[in-house]
Amino acid sequence: MTARNLYRKGLNNLMLTLTGVCALLTVSVLFAILGYLIYNGGKSLDLNFFTKLPLSPGERGGGMANAIVGSAEIVGLAAIFGIPVGFFTGVYLAEWGGRTFSFLVRYMCDLLNGVPSIVIGIFVWVMVVRPMKTYSAVAGGIALSLMLIPIVAKSTEQFLSDVPSALREGALALGATKWRAIATVVVPAARKGIMTGMILGIARIAGESAPLLFTSLNNQFWASGLKEPTASLPLMIYFRALSPYHDWHRQAWAAGLVLLSMVLIANIAARLILSRGGSPNRG
Amino acid sequence: MASSATAQPGFTNSGIRKLSHRLRGGDEIAWLITLLFAASVLIVTALLIAELWYGSTAARDKFGFGFLTSKLWNPVTDEFGAAPFLYGTVVTSVVALLISVPVGLGAAIFLSELATGKWSDAITFVVELLAAVPSVIFGMLAVFTLIPMMREWIGPALKSVLGFLPIFQGPVYGVGYLTASLVLSVMTFPYIISVSREALMSVPREQREAALALGATKWESTWQIVVPFARLGIMGSIFLAFARALGETMAVTMVIGNDPSIHTSLFASGHSIAAVIASSFAEASGPIYPSALILLALVLFFLTLIINGVARLLILFTSEKGART
Repeated sequence: MTARNLYRKGLNNLMLTLTGVCALLTVSVLFAILGYLIYNGGKSLDLNFFTKLPLSPGERGGGMANAIVGSAEIVGLAAIFGIPVGFFTGVYLAEWGGRTFSFLVRYMCDLLNGVPSIVIGIFVWVMVVRPMKTYSAVAGGIALSLMLIPIVAKSTEQFLSDVPSALREGALALGATKWRAIATVVVPAARKGIMTGMILGIARIAGESAPLLFTSLNNQFWASGLKEPTASLPLMIYFRALSPYHDWHRQAWAAGLVLLSMVLIANIAARLILSRGGSPNRG
Repeated sequence: MASSATAQPGFTNSGIRKLSHRLRGGDEIAWLITLLFAASVLIVTALLIAELWYGSTAARDKFGFGFLTSKLWNPVTDEFGAAPFLYGTVVTSVVALLISVPVGLGAAIFLSELATGKWSDAITFVVELLAAVPSVIFGMLAVFTLIPMMREWIGPALKSVLGFLPIFQGPVYGVGYLTASLVLSVMTFPYIISVSREALMSVPREQREAALALGATKWESTWQIVVPFARLGIMGSIFLAFARALGETMAVTMVIGNDPSIHTSLFASGHSIAAVIASSFAEASGPIYPSALILLALVLFFLTLIINGVARLLILFTSEKGART
């Protein structure tokens, strides 16, 4: 009996320790990634990276100014296309939604959210790139906006439905129409959550590379317009990391550090906004 | 905003009627606008399926269902079969889950049962940050660190210990199925941990207390009572991670070796559906080649659709069960 109890106690301690090891392992992976990126990226990052164009493989130096601007363009276009659609869809689902139609829209949002990003790239290639006969920043923006829409719709709906119905009823009782109640009371009450959803969505798509492969492609130079193939940071990392040149590897590290810092800062900022906001109630 | 200004003069009967009419109109316009945006989501998704379907017509007509089982992939002779890619996609994802499920579940148990609230939240936040890391960065780190490590010591070590198994035989190049699986396992941690933790935390307190009162140790109460209670949610998290792994593109493309054939050894180079689309779609020409790749995309779409559907159902069941108890 004591032997059995000893065994049970031992197993208890062993397994509980193991779960702690598992948690430590997963957390340390993130810190290992961060540390290694900062170490290697920091060595390669300089002012030229932000101001110069990429050079051909033999030459040393150069930067990725065009990719930084290109990424900003593509993500900006994606936000312009995607945020209104996602936001209004979320408002519809939270405030008006009927039964069958809402279920369908919600289901399609989930579906779109689960579509592998490469499939979205193919879709936009068929829909936009093939008819336009050119890779372009616009096509890249459309591809990324398709990933942004479900994220924004879902978080907007979530935070709007968290607003207490007493607020809605109060506004309606004061004589406001439904859309005024939504525009001036409900949405402002949930603004922190909605903003957070948008920031997280944009951070998510900013790091996406697969949908850009056949939509905005790449460019060694400045794109002369939105209808030109455009360089982007994630794809630059992909091409540079797979190249055989040491100097290009350094550039990839630097780009990785810049990209990851932006994504992580956005995520942490979003978390801070939310935690400071606390409940979705106003104030 | 303009309507409150116009509210003042309307004291006469007709004014009020006009005003209320206009306001009701405003509601209808707002409803219509949001409805149109919501409908556009439906249209886009329907369009996505339709375009993939029509885009793959040429390949579907030529190969039929034999496409899924044919091992031949030769763009020069226009012979295309999906088997090597299906195999690579499924094998890398399953091996990834064999690693990430035990570790992720262990971490989830630690976070829900042992760590105190504040620590648990902080660690979960860090784990969820892992999900925010762009996949191309996982790919780059794997190219520069994991591939040499695999070649120098993970591969040889596995060979010397488990070399009698056919899956651990043959030369180790560094790239290959196992390398892709390792990257995928790290990328799926966050999904398993955060969803499983939610499921474990929604298990009612009384379940734990009853087990402890009957003399169970903490581990026995966790493993025999709490985990089985949360099993649907945990299964949901596994399917969610599975769907993510199946569709993962860049990180896999960079480390799998891009060899369109089937190998038993996990050390060998292989290919996955997402990887072959990413690496060859841009140069695909002729009538059949692009269409075969679009057909692959369609296959991948349905694969993830089914797995995601199962995951959602399982997670839905647990949240309903949690609400009932």
